[in-house]
Amino acid sequence: MTVTAGGAPSEAPGPVRPGDRSSRFDGERLLLALAAPVLAAVVALAVSSIALAVNGSNPLFVYKTMLAEGTDLRSILITVNNGVPLFLAGLAVSIGFKMSLFNIGVEGQYQLASLLAAAAGAAVSLPGPIHIAFVIAVAMLVGALWAGIAGVLKAQRGVSEVISTIMLNIIAGGIAAYLLATYLQERVVGSNNSSTPELPKSAWFPTLDPVLEAFGITMPRGTSLDGFVLVAIVVGIGFFFLVQRSGFGFDLRATGMSRSAALASGIDAKRMTVKVMLLSGALAGLVGLPQLLGDSHRYGLDFTAGLGLTGIGVALLGRNNPVGIAFAALLFAFLARSSGTLQRIDVPTEIYVIMQGTIVLSVVVAYEVIRRIGVARSERAVGVALATKPSQDPA
Amino acid sequence: MSTAEVSAPVVELTGITKRFPGVVANRDVHLSIHPGQVHAVVGENGAGKSTLMKILYGMQRPDEGIITVDGEPVSFRSAGDAIAAGIGMVHQHFMLADNLTVLENIVLGAEPTRGGRLDTGAARRTITELGARYGLEVDPDVLVEALGVGDRQRVEILKVLFRGARVLILDEPTAVLVPQEVDELFASLAELRGQGVAVVFISHKLDEVLQVADAVTVLRAGTTVTTVDPSTVTAHQLAELMVGSELPAPPPRSGNPGTEAALTVTGLSVRTPQGRAVVDDVSMTVHRREIVGIAGVEGNGQVELVEALLGLRDATGSVLLGDTDISSWTTRQRREAGIGYIPEDRHRQGLLLSAPLWENRVLGHQSSLRKGFWIDRKAARADTERIVAECGVRTPGVSVPAFALSGGNQQKLIVGRELSGSPSLLIASHPTRGVDVGAQATLWEQLRQARDAGLAVLLVSADLEELIGLSDRLLVMLRGSLVATLDPATTTTQTLGSAMTGATA
Repeated sequence: MTVTAGGAPSEAPGPVRPGDRSSRFDGERLLLALAAPVLAAVVALAVSSIALAVNGSNPLFVYKTMLAEGTDLRSILITVNNGVPLFLAGLAVSIGFKMSLFNIGVEGQYQLASLLAAAAGAAVSLPGPIHIAFVIAVAMLVGALWAGIAGVLKAQRGVSEVISTIMLNIIAGGIAAYLLATYLQERVVGSNNSSTPELPKSAWFPTLDPVLEAFGITMPRGTSLDGFVLVAIVVGIGFFFLVQRSGFGFDLRATGMSRSAALASGIDAKRMTVKVMLLSGALAGLVGLPQLLGDSHRYGLDFTAGLGLTGIGVALLGRNNPVGIAFAALLFAFLARSSGTLQRIDVPTEIYVIMQGTIVLSVVVAYEVIRRIGVARSERAVGVALATKPSQDPA
Repeated sequence: MSTAEVSAPVVELTGITKRFPGVVANRDVHLSIHPGQVHAVVGENGAGKSTLMKILYGMQRPDEGIITVDGEPVSFRSAGDAIAAGIGMVHQHFMLADNLTVLENIVLGAEPTRGGRLDTGAARRTITELGARYGLEVDPDVLVEALGVGDRQRVEILKVLFRGARVLILDEPTAVLVPQEVDELFASLAELRGQGVAVVFISHKLDEVLQVADAVTVLRAGTTVTTVDPSTVTAHQLAELMVGSELPAPPPRSGNPGTEAALTVTGLSVRTPQGRAVVDDVSMTVHRREIVGIAGVEGNGQVELVEALLGLRDATGSVLLGDTDISSWTTRQRREAGIGYIPEDRHRQGLLLSAPLWENRVLGHQSSLRKGFWIDRKAARADTERIVAECGVRTPGVSVPAFALSGGNQQKLIVGRELSGSPSLLIASHPTRGVDVGAQATLWEQLRQARDAGLAVLLVSADLEELIGLSDRLLVMLRGSLVATLDPATTTTQTLGSAMTGATA
């Protein structure tokens, strides 16, 4: 798998083969690919340091503490667990990005999907794996349908998916609150938290603790490794092959690169819009499941919110590439985890929000800068290789 | 016209040369524009008209040559400099903000202010006064979106005059107008001329040029051939000057066309949302082993015809590929059924510029380069290497992004791709536009060979030599209809040019 952090984000250069004279460009691309994250990291660190210094803290001390406390086993496990939903949200956003579709509605899609999947899962009685598969299927279906509304509106009426998904987020919140307060609520005596009934044990996702223990790792008390990590890995690999290798993925990327060329090549762009929104929504439906199946086993008022919006940042940071998104999700989860550390050393936790924002901004800017350098270099290189100047059409 | 000859030129271009890598767009161009004159600049597509006007309007700088305004040499660094020197341009595609009023559009960027606020009173007075003086009346307070094309053009002209232009460049101003609006425009031009404004009128509609111009300069292959007095030439002679005889001619045809119909179109019409027919009841047949050329001045429905045949545009009427009715098929079904397409604008419709060449090979052929659910990357790469070798695409490899290739090499790749997989019909829209002479010869040879091998080709072009040289049969398209069928063996560029403009040959 070729990771293209640099160059145009939406394309993967083919594997370098001996004899292919263009391999030289790929080598240069690799250098450029490394330059972008380094540049972004330097900028992000600089800006965060200024923010910390203005606040009166010693940036070096803060970073050291964050690293020290963030890298013990317990923190790593929590970071990975928290990274899984962010990774899934990042994938959901990013499949839309591949086609220049901005699904801002992952938030509403996963909230509604989690609620209905929790209710449906609690209402049936099935043997273990099938029960889990059933809950996953319901969540993906609900997410897909909810996102599909925006897809159909875009394809049929030309409604901007940015506007419609934002509005659908609010509607989803309203529907979820209403359903939770009326039909789907289980009254718990002595609690003011409304939630769906607890899922039967057969729908609980197993943890990976036995695996880790088999490798001789002693699990810290009260912490486990969420089994949904495996699902996320499978989904990530599937995402890569679907987007980069399949015929559907080609149509998707072609439409994203040039709608007019895609149309002329016979791609039905409207249908693609609907399909991609359905797919994005289905992925969004998975976002709440690590918590639902592995931890809370019910959907309540206290169900984690905001993962969909963070997912947009994760997708941007990960350059729409599954490996990049995985790193981005882990980085965000790490930063969120260290907010506790910050509090303990008297640094306002908002600093971590500043860091998150700075990282996303500097990555976006750094990659654009590097991309332009890459374009110029590759034009020049082709010109040199052919002993002609880079061509430009006469106006 | 009577006083024009005696006055000194307001703008004079001497020895202008502009090179782009691999192409000389303008070579030793001479042009003098006098106040109170309508000066037409005519030439084929690619003759260098646009480049010349961009130089005159400061959008591009010449490599060699001198521009003088009122006898003083000038060097324009931007369009702003040209405007400051009194040169204004009205582009073919209007640049107006629909949701602003006429007044707001006109003053945009040159707002008269009083005490830091927009002085609408002064602006309105100036606009009304300009309108009355030049016969360009438009209500300053209506929204531009409410205006028709003719009025929008007036707003564009007012915009330029408002900035104090003494030289007005009009790029294909009649292309978008209906005949009555053309008459109104010409009346305004007469007013402008009477008031001492110099008008540069770019067009390839020769009858209009002869009607309105005081002087006609002919551009051919980037250089000014001559400047003539329109009262002394006919449209025939102008066309002859435009076309010349230096251009490379396509190789002679060999063998007779087949008799088996590859494409049969019956009563095909395309309408605008307003109901105007841009393709009007077109019927034609393209046989196997035949190149049918569609000749016509651009904007007479060729684009719409091509897009309708590809299923990119809604149309009425029937289209048969072989003997299968494909009228209701999607674009993909049509491409899969064997329609190849060389688009007019390769950057917009033909390529994924940021994708490597081998992915561009897949574009439009997603169904044939597949292994089940997956794209057959190996086959795509191998076949791209075949095209690169066979068609002489100059590239260091097939993983290079498409944007890095020159226009001619991009076009060779597209032609090679569209001839792959034995298509039954090839729709070639301006297949050699904007490519250099060497690439042009290669492309012609490829089309010829494909035709000799049995391919049916529908060739849309603005290059008259190309049409006459390649086609087995010529159809002339005018205002959406096919108005004439010509035999290329007995057709000259002159007779074809006349037929295209609707003048009787």
